[in-house]
Amino acid sequence: MKTNYNFWYLLTLLVLLFQGCQTDDNITPEDIETLPRQTVTTVEGLYLLNEGNMGSNKASLDYYDYETGNYRRNIYSQANPEATLGLGDVGNDIGVYGSKVYAVINNSNKIEVMDATTSKRLKVIDVKNCRYIIFANGKAYASAYDGEAQLGDNSPNGFVAEIDTTSLNITRTVKVGRQPEQMAVVDNKLYVANSGGYSPPNYERTVSVIDLKTFTKTKDIDVAINLHQLKADEDGDIYVSSRGDYYETPSKLYVIDTKTDKVKKVFDIACSSLSIVGNKAYIIGSEFSYTTFDYIINYSMIDVKTETLLEEKFLPKTVSDAIKTPYGLAVDPASLNVYITDAGDYVSPGKLYCIEPNGNLKFTVTTGDIPAHIAFKLK
Amino acid sequence: MPLCKLRLHGGFVLFVWILFTNLLCAQANLPVHQKEQDSLKPHHLSEVIVSTSKREFKVASPMPVQILSGKQLEKLNSLSVADAIRYFSGVQLKDYGGIGGLKTINVRSLGSAHTAVFYDGMSISNAQNGQVDLGKYSLDNIEAIELYNGQKSTIFQPARGFFASNTLYLRSKTPEFIAGKNTNIQTTLKTGSFGLFNPSLLFQQKISAKFSLTASTDWTKADGKYKYRYQKNNGYDTTAVRQNGDIEAFRSELTLHAQLNPSTKASLKAYFYDSERGLPGAIVANNYEHFQRQWDRNFFVHGTIQSSFAKKFELLANLKYSKDYSRYIDPDYKTLKGALDNKYYQNEFYASVVSLYSINSWWKTSLATDFSINTLDANLYRFPYPTRYSYLGALSSEMNWNRLDIQVNLLGTYIDEQVKYYQQGDSQRIFCPVLSASFQPSNNKNFRIRAFYKESFRLPTFNDLYYTFIGNSSLKPEFTTQYDFGSTYIIEPKKFLQSASFQADVYYNRVKDKIIAIPSTNLFRWTMINLGEVDIRGAEINTNFVFKLPSQVFLDLGLSYTYQKAIDITPNSSTYKNQIPYTPINSGTLTAAINWKNWQMNYSFMYTGERYSQKANIAVNYVQPWYTSDMAVNWSGKLAHLPVKIGAEVNNFFNQYYDVVLNFPMPGRNYRLNIALNF
Repeated sequence: MKTNYNFWYLLTLLVLLFQGCQTDDNITPEDIETLPRQTVTTVEGLYLLNEGNMGSNKASLDYYDYETGNYRRNIYSQANPEATLGLGDVGNDIGVYGSKVYAVINNSNKIEVMDATTSKRLKVIDVKNCRYIIFANGKAYASAYDGEAQLGDNSPNGFVAEIDTTSLNITRTVKVGRQPEQMAVVDNKLYVANSGGYSPPNYERTVSVIDLKTFTKTKDIDVAINLHQLKADEDGDIYVSSRGDYYETPSKLYVIDTKTDKVKKVFDIACSSLSIVGNKAYIIGSEFSYTTFDYIINYSMIDVKTETLLEEKFLPKTVSDAIKTPYGLAVDPASLNVYITDAGDYVSPGKLYCIEPNGNLKFTVTTGDIPAHIAFKLK
Repeated sequence: MPLCKLRLHGGFVLFVWILFTNLLCAQANLPVHQKEQDSLKPHHLSEVIVSTSKREFKVASPMPVQILSGKQLEKLNSLSVADAIRYFSGVQLKDYGGIGGLKTINVRSLGSAHTAVFYDGMSISNAQNGQVDLGKYSLDNIEAIELYNGQKSTIFQPARGFFASNTLYLRSKTPEFIAGKNTNIQTTLKTGSFGLFNPSLLFQQKISAKFSLTASTDWTKADGKYKYRYQKNNGYDTTAVRQNGDIEAFRSELTLHAQLNPSTKASLKAYFYDSERGLPGAIVANNYEHFQRQWDRNFFVHGTIQSSFAKKFELLANLKYSKDYSRYIDPDYKTLKGALDNKYYQNEFYASVVSLYSINSWWKTSLATDFSINTLDANLYRFPYPTRYSYLGALSSEMNWNRLDIQVNLLGTYIDEQVKYYQQGDSQRIFCPVLSASFQPSNNKNFRIRAFYKESFRLPTFNDLYYTFIGNSSLKPEFTTQYDFGSTYIIEPKKFLQSASFQADVYYNRVKDKIIAIPSTNLFRWTMINLGEVDIRGAEINTNFVFKLPSQVFLDLGLSYTYQKAIDITPNSSTYKNQIPYTPINSGTLTAAINWKNWQMNYSFMYTGERYSQKANIAVNYVQPWYTSDMAVNWSGKLAHLPVKIGAEVNNFFNQYYDVVLNFPMPGRNYRLNIALNF
């Protein structure tokens, strides 16, 4: 049986040889691209959160530094090699408050709190199916869809959690409508848009109003179905978008007067992304129609003082023609540069464009998958 | 009568007429039993195969085929059909992990919906999602698994057998009775890791000279728990246990076989499957527990009859009715009625008639006509309740000479889509030609070269067309074109080297109008469109050696290697010329078995090269290559005068942690004990 043993020795050797073939699995390092610099005034840089397709665990964070012009792609893992499985799945919102940056990672059910300068993790706050985050009076407020219902359960509501920004603990929560989205704080009241997107055609129609002192819901303002974007202007007016039902009911933009807590104006424009800086609102309207299977994209501006639609375009035609899937939008409050992202086909890296107020395209840079949310780091 | 209705009724009338004329013609002649001559005789399996080697190689087949049957199948450490198929070349198995995880195959990068699965000659399909979960088919009563690139090289098969780009044939065990024994019983028990408990029973009874009965049933229960690990160099290192991967499944089949007279045989089968499983979900940061659950229930009844007349005519008829029920619950998706609770009900009625006519000694033609009705009901918002009427026809001609075989097929189909509400899909009229040939260049009968050209398509599934917010009712079918050139060579020196078989193929495939998902309103909403184009170039090599070592020891060695370059050539794509997702450039398998008297030891090794999880071939999408080694020891003998086989397996022997699909971890080292008793 000598031949037997020889064969098995050889085989074992071969097998062991193969085992050593696997390449090292290293943390993917960040990569840096040098872009044009910008003058540092009150703003010294911006964070861009890439959502990543659901289930891919590819939410990623980029940072653009104004002084050096360095655009650093995918900085989280290199800064936090010990963070198990990285940043997470579906980065849904980002905000900078004080010395910390807060990233809301929706499908990882967490808010990742990092140091705004080093991007190192400070804390992970567990919030089930979290959506958006805003800040006021030393507190952070996060909206969440919630989860883990039972069959036939009668509590489909989401909630808003109040987080103390020093201790980074959740202090209070309040139940709001179904599948709550964006929020704004005006006069010690928190306004949150309810979408009800999980139960079509029974979408939610209201904006819930929460008194910040007692942290209870005081009223629901009836607006329109499937509410999503919600931003406040300097006069305390709330702009809220309705996504419609994607078939017969189109998307529209509503204005709420927070003194009366009633809708005072409607704009017949689609609004998928909204940013208000100074007197102007910048809007991306990207409406998909299931009847034509195509997008209708428009870019609009509104004067928020007079509440009128402006003729102005904030993008030059070369850029609006180049963008396939406009997704994220932010305006630098100091320089008024417009940052807009193109999510492309959702499964490949996207692009970030920077346009100056005179319409000049300052730079274009490749980002992660689905670049979406921008937060400015103040000096 | 309006024109469209005329076409519909005309089609059906034509089908019925064909049915009738076939039967009438057939009965006009006296039934005489025919003697098989050449190796391509369709209804008896007498192709030239070398059965002493580990794997069968069909030398004369114009379409490349890989076969795992009988003893060879039993030797592999395989629980289900999906596990066994991994050893074929050109196959990418998408495995979501564990026993209950979904397992689908993708042959030559054409896409998993392009492989048709046949069970005892009847196609198993799922009109709703186009996927057949091969993990559901236990190997306990499977006699052979055959994978054909192109189609099975017989012109005597239902029309559906010709249409898919690749076909997978599963054949269950036909009863064989030795003299004096009218009952065969085999009970097996499998147990081991994942909390697996899987008893099964196979019962074969000879009722009379003409009739026999097979009953096969098995029950699977597993908790699906296994350890997995994710780590990075100088980074995190986490080990956890897979949750929500449990499964409980019950399968039962009853088949009546009849050899009515020397030239006519028939069978009637009833099949039932019922399962409940947890869906373990993608492992992402901070989210390791999942709560989604799925129930599946399938039932079908299938009758077939095959007859030959006067050495000239042969007839094959098939009739099938099947019902499928599926339920999906997601507690994390809170609707007004609580957790999301989706229910799907499918029905299929299928009828097929094939008639074969031998014009002379070297020329045969056949006409296959199939008709099927598929319906889907679901409790979804804005659901159209579709019904699909499919008319398939295949006209074939086969010429067999001494050293050359040529087969030509002309396939035609008419698909009529109807819905109760909203918009129906477009009806389709498609014609596809197929050409294949096999040539023996020298005097050696065991060396042949072959080539084929095939056009085929796959229809959009009901999900592609109608699923709320995602479906697109104006989708066109996906089309594929395949070119293949290869050869098979077998030698049988019968010395130290008993036999050696080689099969090599190079191919070029193209996929057009590939159905892909694109973003629509936001991240949670996608929609389907025909956009992709893929260019695929590949080569496959399969070899098998049998060595006779001293002391009556036999060594079986099999090697296979696949090279594949499948790139995205969609116009204006941001990932133009990138390798498409989950397609490794290099992959291969090695299987070795040593037989000595009634002992047997196996070793299997599988390698899948590096690949990318998404379209862009960049570092963040890179997925590590993986390889596993499986070992087993089997002993067959007698226990209390009863033939018994006992086997012990260790799978993933070196405990490698890996993902086939990114973020769906596979089990590390796991064990299984198999006991089989024969009465």
